[in-house]
Amino acid sequence: MVRFENVGLRYGLGPEVLRDLTFRVEPHSFQFLTGPSGAGKTSLLRLLFLSIKPTRGLITQFGHDVATLGKDALATLRRRIGIVFQDFRLLDHMTTYENVALPFRVMGRHEDSYRDEVIELLNWVGLGERMWALPPVLSGGEKQRAAIARAVIARPQLLLADEPTGNVDPSLAQRLLRLFIELNKSGTSVIIATHDIALMDQYDARRLVLHDGRLHVYD
Amino acid sequence: MMDMPKSDLTAPTRMTGGLRPRNETPMIPKNSISGRALVAVVAIMTFLASLTTGAVMLVRASASEWQSDVAREVTIQVRPAPGRDLDAATATAAGIARAFPGIAEVRPYSKEESARLLEPWLGTGLTLDELPVPRLIVAKLAPDAAPDLAQLRKIVGEQVPGASLDDHRGWIDRMGTMAATAVAAGIGILVLMFAATMLSVAFATRGAMAANRPVIEVLHFVGAKDGYIAGLFQRHFLLLGLKGGVLGGGAALLLFAFAGLFSGWFVGNASVSQATALFGSFSIGTTGYISVGSQIVLIAVVTAWTSRQTVNRTLETID
Ligand SMILES: Nc1ncnc2c1ncn2[C@@H]1O[C@H](COP(=O)(O)OP(=O)(O)O)[C@@H](O)[C@H]1O
Ligand SMILES: [Mg+2]
Repeated sequence: MVRFENVGLRYGLGPEVLRDLTFRVEPHSFQFLTGPSGAGKTSLLRLLFLSIKPTRGLITQFGHDVATLGKDALATLRRRIGIVFQDFRLLDHMTTYENVALPFRVMGRHEDSYRDEVIELLNWVGLGERMWALPPVLSGGEKQRAAIARAVIARPQLLLADEPTGNVDPSLAQRLLRLFIELNKSGTSVIIATHDIALMDQYDARRLVLHDGRLHVYD
Repeated sequence: MMDMPKSDLTAPTRMTGGLRPRNETPMIPKNSISGRALVAVVAIMTFLASLTTGAVMLVRASASEWQSDVAREVTIQVRPAPGRDLDAATATAAGIARAFPGIAEVRPYSKEESARLLEPWLGTGLTLDELPVPRLIVAKLAPDAAPDLAQLRKIVGEQVPGASLDDHRGWIDRMGTMAATAVAAGIGILVLMFAATMLSVAFATRGAMAANRPVIEVLHFVGAKDGYIAGLFQRHFLLLGLKGGVLGGGAALLLFAFAGLFSGWFVGNASVSQATALFGSFSIGTTGYISVGSQIVLIAVVTAWTSRQTVNRTLETID
């Protein structure tokens, strides 16, 4: 599904943030991506999301060598990947419902074909009553769930989450983890970047550990 | 510690007060685009462009009207000379012209008529006998006839001393050059105005994109292609362009209509009738209205197109 071979990344003329990354992400798999702050977790997720290009090495996503793809092809590929940003990236001028429905809207699908699905998911993540609210009036936990709902609404094959429990209390963190596990059970590969040891201890899964720019895999 | 409320996960779909949520917010917030300023710029440009078009069409129409009027006439001038019987010479020349094929009507100006022609310059109470004033014969060409004017000029020149024929060719040529110059100048002005409009639109688009950078990023994240994003901006700007175009072009059309009415109401008023003589009438006609209308559409299309190009170019530089 995803294959990295000797991938290296540096920003501008800076030092290599990621070095010689070689690993695979299998379909239906679940893994934590961990490492100290500044280790390059976010950078690796951005590589996986095709929003930056590696300075060297080969990345294959869904069977495509991403270096050979044009912008439109990358956009099409990105539709198969959901991402939850550390800072949510919700659109403040749109309601929670509209934010979550955004991937469908961008695909050009007719609203009648997905409205119920969006409402159902909003209810499922406990935002049924907040559909009409604008993100600025949502609490941190609500924003987090809205961002997750937007990432998963189009049933991506790969879900990337950057510190999804970073700013929520432990009980909500646990509920969110359950949500990711449910998604994984329904067939989505999940990669959760986190440095929350307590969270990782709650679920026995593969761990990708970044240290000094290198990746160590603990299956 | 599995304290997730069951209802959150399994609750049946509920409606808030029976209302169905809907996508109704534009992806690009309206107030993030300096719309009113751009509408004003486009309106002013369309107004000026329409006035220019109207003026050019007026000049062209009047010029060609004049030209065709004047080209259907030739003038024979008989110059006085000591010992020359001007009346007899005028009558001979008129006779030649009358007999010439293709000439429909010949009208020699009498002494008194010639005096009246000169009145505005020399004042009344003038006796032509005291002045060596040339006499004029106006010959109208028969409709659709193309008489051999060179031949007529030759005959008149040979048989009537002091007579010469003027087919207004030089004047018509100058008139044509003038009209062509006016048209070229008008087109030049239009091109400049369109360029200025496009620049304004490009600036406005860049501003709107800068203001909407986070929105564009999110759209990219959810899988939007560049063409889709460009389309969003294009739609906004098409609307702005249409608004500005309709405002500016509409104002120009009103002005034309008003000027037409105005010149209609005051026929008889000397300055208006002179202007009417000069420009035919202020009405720009159906073609005028059509061309102003297409200008409105054109400016809207140009606005939308420019903004799309700007978005595409700017997106290429983003990641
Ligand atoms: N856009 C960027 N430009 C330059 N350096 C960056 C950029 N993003 C991240 N970095 C650097 O890359 C390293 C890894 O950052 P990041 O991927 O955010 O780590 P993590 O998410 O594990 O905290 C850090 O040293 C950071 O300063
Ligand atoms: Mg990070």
